[in-house]
Amino acid sequence: MERKTKIKAEDGKQELVITREFDLPLELLFKAFAEPEIVAQWMGTKVLKLECKKHGSYQFETTDPMGNKHGFNGTIHDFVPNRKITRTFEMEHTPFPVQLEFLEFEKLADDTSKLTMQIVYKSVAHRDQMLQLPFAQGINMAHNRLQDVARQLK
Amino acid sequence: MNLRRDVFQAIADPTRRAILLLVASQSMTAGAIASNFDTARPTVSKHLQILTECELLEQEQNGREIHYHLNAKKMKDVADFIEPFRNMWDDRFNKLESIMKKYKTKK
Repeated sequence: MERKTKIKAEDGKQELVITREFDLPLELLFKAFAEPEIVAQWMGTKVLKLECKKHGSYQFETTDPMGNKHGFNGTIHDFVPNRKITRTFEMEHTPFPVQLEFLEFEKLADDTSKLTMQIVYKSVAHRDQMLQLPFAQGINMAHNRLQDVARQLK
Repeated sequence: MNLRRDVFQAIADPTRRAILLLVASQSMTAGAIASNFDTARPTVSKHLQILTECELLEQEQNGREIHYHLNAKKMKDVADFIEPFRNMWDDRFNKLESIMKKYKTKK
């Protein structure tokens, strides 16, 4: 399968750029970021609050496979339908500082569109840590599973 | 073995990735590392040898003991480290796409 989602993380820079082309008209792609029920579905999270407007804010709550709840929130700085969303993103109760996200939506053809997400971190080190997070979580989950199996053997 | 080790081949193995994560927090002896795995000790030694050969791990003599620690500089070179992060977004966006395709036909 073709790799549709691309990530550009240049060495020594405190930002990264995620791009993705969708087989969807621009309006539908944008809707997926603006409607709370739809965001909840594809992000796999509970949407507690989502105010799509300048000076608005959002709050998500995600439950991991172990049943722990994780909170995320941010402020919406700019919201231009079918064009762009500028917002902050913060993981609650973690040492990670808030990050700034610029989302740009583009029409490619009638039925295709493109999303460009630029994420700016507090420092290069914070960006690199964030990138390694899913890798670390994957290992932790494997470890937990191992512990569960080991416990059952006792 | 005189084969030059490939970094990407080295981190493709889940046990070796787990070893890297383990020593990321503190340097450890081979014995301490092995005690974290069910795998036989010689297998863990083999993994350590591979990781050392491709410079992801460095050895340090500490009295009688040899401690292994992460070579942070080399780890940064491993662009493949980004792959799980990319996969996470790719999964989300694939889901978004299929949800919105259904949404379109529903209307």
